[in-house]
Amino acid sequence: MSFVSDAAQKTTPLYGEHVGLGAKMIPFGDWIMPVQYSSIMEEHQAVRNNVGVFDISHMGQLVATGPKTGGWLNEMLTNNIDKLEVGSGQYTFLLNEGGGIIDDLIVYRTAPEEFLLVVNASGTEGDFAWLNEHINDEADLENRSADYGGLAIQGPRVVELFETFLGKEVDLPARNQIKAFDYNSSNLTIARTGYTGEDGVEVFFPAKDAVMVWKEVLEKGKALGIRPCGLGARDTLRLEMCYPLNGSDLSPERNPLEAGLGFFVDLKKTKFIGREVLIRAKEKGTAERLVAFRMKGKGPPPRPHYPVWREGERIGELTSGTLSPSLNQGIGMGYVASPHAGIGNELEVEIRGQKFPATIEKKPLYKKS
Amino acid sequence: MNVPDDLFYTESHEWVRREGENARVGITDHAQAELTDVVYVELPKVGAQAEARGQIAVVESVKAASDIYAPIKGSVVEVNKALEANPALINTDPFGEGWIFVLKMDSPDDVKELKDAAAYRKAIG
Repeated sequence: MSFVSDAAQKTTPLYGEHVGLGAKMIPFGDWIMPVQYSSIMEEHQAVRNNVGVFDISHMGQLVATGPKTGGWLNEMLTNNIDKLEVGSGQYTFLLNEGGGIIDDLIVYRTAPEEFLLVVNASGTEGDFAWLNEHINDEADLENRSADYGGLAIQGPRVVELFETFLGKEVDLPARNQIKAFDYNSSNLTIARTGYTGEDGVEVFFPAKDAVMVWKEVLEKGKALGIRPCGLGARDTLRLEMCYPLNGSDLSPERNPLEAGLGFFVDLKKTKFIGREVLIRAKEKGTAERLVAFRMKGKGPPPRPHYPVWREGERIGELTSGTLSPSLNQGIGMGYVASPHAGIGNELEVEIRGQKFPATIEKKPLYKKS
Repeated sequence: MNVPDDLFYTESHEWVRREGENARVGITDHAQAELTDVVYVELPKVGAQAEARGQIAVVESVKAASDIYAPIKGSVVEVNKALEANPALINTDPFGEGWIFVLKMDSPDDVKELKDAAAYRKAIG
């Protein structure tokens, strides 16, 4: 076997902390990020059973302000911004003219005409450029990504953790809400969201305070069984929930309907980029669909790009795959020809020339008992 | 990192224990620590012919599949079936219960081509 060494990359303000904890660092887009500290399995279980903390400082923050910002963003994004109260967020897509996915993101309304867009690290610069190309005179867009550090703190004991942080009477925002808190002469912007399927928050703060917040979280979380968690566990946790990863499950060649994410597209809006293509796709149906599946029995874990077969015909390939630590079985997602995409259908995944049986299942693959 | 003195090593992180005409093969403590959480091992078939540095087995962690290479030319005479039920033996006991296969070497002198413990320690820094 061989282990790839990495060239110089962008680092977050927590790089030194990760290295100090013995994390294995890997390239992730332009960034060098921790993939694991000790064990993906253990980090995964910490999030499912207690609480885990992830460095998400690489994610992008774009701030849009101005008198008609909401109206403008509603023409740029698929979900309906008019439904957002101040302090609320929604999952949404930024599409190209062909309806293909540039990025998936969460947009929060932080004031009547002020919005925070939390975007994928790899998408930050492209999203910012695309939005600026389509901006109107009255809206203003700033890329604030370098100003903020961020942590995702996820797991059933997250509320207990914040009680030790911000006091017993702390009133954390409700699901998909965002709220600012003063802490240790810093400011924490806390959003009740995440990418794991557990209760949890994403917290943003000035980049200069990143080390202080990180250390406090680990220290105060000790009694709750907190673990620092890397991209490895982030991937297994999100895949058990069938949350898509842009660049793997989503791409500019795929639209949200193919990806089974039409819930986050409001076709009743009269205007947004990509709308016409999506309306046609909705009428005609898409040629392929993103399905979730589980391997039958024991076998090698499925991986991205493995071919998928059904009844002797190659019907697609995987976009994501792993061994699920919670289910102890291979799981994955992939685009397959729509006639084969029904729940319960039997598939075969080709792994090193051999075919292994799998079943298409309803999303999410992991349900909390 | 544990690097037993009585074994031979490859640059690709396999270890070899010479047992007369045979060579028992596994992956090193360093390799298992890099991989972590071994979740699946694709064993070679008994009787398979192995070329030196030819791909012969696969060890998979949660994150990736890694090829295992035959350190020496020979034929596979035994494989560690215990890894099918418990692949994590590679993590818990890489030089013992976590062995992967045994080769009957075409020419046992080939082990001299491999690194000794001191050279391997140097290679992994």
